Amino acid sequence: MIYPAVDLPLPVAFAVAFFLLVGAALALIGAIGFLRLPSFYERLHAPALGTSWGIGGIMLASMIYFTAASSRLVIHEILIGIFVTFTTPITFMLLARAALHRDRTARSHGVPRKYPIGPEERPREDDESQAS
Amino acid sequence: MSAVIIYTAVAIAQFMLVVAMAIAAVRMFRGPRAQDRIIGLDTIYINAMLLLVTFGIGTGRVIYFEAALVIGLLGFVSTVALAKFLMRGEVIE
Repeated sequence: MIYPAVDLPLPVAFAVAFFLLVGAALALIGAIGFLRLPSFYERLHAPALGTSWGIGGIMLASMIYFTAASSRLVIHEILIGIFVTFTTPITFMLLARAALHRDRTARSHGVPRKYPIGPEERPREDDESQAS
Repeated sequence: MSAVIIYTAVAIAQFMLVVAMAIAAVRMFRGPRAQDRIIGLDTIYINAMLLLVTFGIGTGRVIYFEAALVIGLLGFVSTVALAKFLMRGEVIE
């Protein structure tokens, strides 16, 4: 089934183009941030730009396009949107926990300790006002 | 006129998504540790999914949506399996 774009009204075409460009630009910005940020835990944040509004923009563009071109309501792209919105935090949380586990076993610096810290690592009394 | 607008936007969006995939591939090959490579793979499959939906808008076919849905499902499972492998050294215990 082919729905060509020749006889769409102009506002629909502008809306489709706008959401496509917004989604693709956000995915590109997320990838650039993923390349340039210095540490792994900062790098983890950047691709979420592409998985939140990158997915959202392009799925909205696809929904608007196919709804207007086939002149019936087409919203099955929302399946991908919902699925990616639910699965991205799960994957990133699992990856961050795995990376934290690996950094702790490698004893590298700048990694927070496990929560029940030993008595020799407990913060001093004068640090508590700063910590709270 | 509207076809020109849509096809131009689709071409620009495809170019942006391909550049994003190339950047993620650079990080995947260069990444200092294994978790960077896994997130690079994750970004690549998300962008490939977006690229397929963009192809679907450009050609006007509905079939690309199903390919994008399959990529999303399998990419999530593969990333979770790789994260589990990094955590424990085994996927199924």
